[in-house]
Amino acid sequence: MNPKSIAIVGAAETTRLGVIPDMSQIQLHADAALNAMADAGLKPADIDGIATAGETPVTVAHYLGLTPKWVDGTAVGGCSFMIHVRHAAAAIASGLCRTVLITHGESGRSGVGRTRNVVAPTSLAGQFEQPYGPMGPPTLFTIPVLRYMKTYGLSHEQLAMVSVVQREWAAKNPRATFKTPITVDDVLNSRMIAYPFRLLQCCLVTDGGGALIMVAAERGRDFPQKPVYILGTGESVETPMVSQMQDFTSSRAFRVAGPTAFAEAGITHQDVDHLMIYDAFAHLPIYGLEDLGFVPRGEGGAFIAERNTAPGPNLKLPLNTNGGGLSYMHSGMYGMYALQESVRQMRGTAPAQIPGAKISVCHGVGGMFAASGTIIMSNEPP
Amino acid sequence: MSEARRARPQPTPETQHFWDGTRAGELRLQRCNACGKVYFPPRPFCPACAAREVSVFAASGKGRLYSYVIHHRPVPGFTPPYAIAVVELDEGPRLMTNIIGCPQTPEALQLDMPVEVVFEKLDDEITLPLFRPVAR
Repeated sequence: MNPKSIAIVGAAETTRLGVIPDMSQIQLHADAALNAMADAGLKPADIDGIATAGETPVTVAHYLGLTPKWVDGTAVGGCSFMIHVRHAAAAIASGLCRTVLITHGESGRSGVGRTRNVVAPTSLAGQFEQPYGPMGPPTLFTIPVLRYMKTYGLSHEQLAMVSVVQREWAAKNPRATFKTPITVDDVLNSRMIAYPFRLLQCCLVTDGGGALIMVAAERGRDFPQKPVYILGTGESVETPMVSQMQDFTSSRAFRVAGPTAFAEAGITHQDVDHLMIYDAFAHLPIYGLEDLGFVPRGEGGAFIAERNTAPGPNLKLPLNTNGGGLSYMHSGMYGMYALQESVRQMRGTAPAQIPGAKISVCHGVGGMFAASGTIIMSNEPP
Repeated sequence: MSEARRARPQPTPETQHFWDGTRAGELRLQRCNACGKVYFPPRPFCPACAAREVSVFAASGKGRLYSYVIHHRPVPGFTPPYAIAVVELDEGPRLMTNIIGCPQTPEALQLDMPVEVVFEKLDDEITLPLFRPVAR
């Protein structure tokens, strides 16, 4: 894909976010898709490509009344949607389809009509991780962190500051689930979930969805909204077992996806005005900052704790400006919401808008460091 | 602790040697005959060089505590708080396990402390490799 050859022309979340017990998972997909189509001024007949995760693309296409020529059901966890954006860009660029809809919907809190990921007892994770008592992401995603802390001297207070800073961004966002300011002490006194992680260092569990619509850039101005151009993309996977990741202080999938996207975009870190790093847990922005090359190894925690990413006079790199998975919302596969915030920032419509922002980097993780996708956007026309 | 209610692994043809090993009191790893790579989890080829000629051997059962969390919520078969740990074996590979024979606290669970395998029988077919601290 050539930089800025593809544009996002429709973007929307579900009408409501948070607790939505009156909608099933598939309807959350549809609610977001209908909002995105309205945003772009399109009808189902205008869509000829569909990508989704959680539900199959068959289910979503049928439910919405689509007749796609191109489908992508890549489902590698929460960054699936970044990877869908990448695949859709390539598909549109090569002429496989013209107008792609990407949907996400998840009844993470209410559990209505939810598809579940079951770890088969015959799988390698089922044989070599599950017998030792993990219970989902809070007990698995967090396992590498003590090794990181010992290697680089990251303190509990620095790790707590990730949650504190993101709550400051959330306070600016009317749709954020949690907006009340918190302190490092609040974080370190919150309920222990899986040492060293306490409740306020773990993501929310909410209901919601989001959808994107993508077309070739030459059609970008045919739609009601300011087009957002795709500048660079990257993706990778590492392992379905967190115990087997090569380096507990760094994600190999991050180190492939991020630099691939930067190389395609042809930009340097100094060019980045806005950054989203998928924060299912408080350590992820630290790993992301380092693996994407924004700060040297071992310095991510101090960079955040010293308020370089926080609202205020020290702000150098606005990070997770919607409040993130820690305070905004997290339905389970958060990547779609990170993408939505990058689009809002590029359109100039974010609640905590970064003045003059021209380039946004949106970096996602899937599974427990299992997968990664990076999307770099620009609001400057080609 | 009600061990019988833990998630129970179900061996496949490619992993059966490992579970036969733990039942016999051995922690079995695999080594590539071509490149010498020692690897885990089990598979009948080398993940480094793709050679199909690999050997199964009994590891020392010694290693060090590499990382962990201490889970504070209830899970079937476990009494919280309990540590879910990763041990790095002397032979190189890392594996998830539990650390027994010591308090489940950050003070008792020091990274890099030496540990050794202990075999915990779940039932007639499955014995799990757990680890305990050891003086070295």
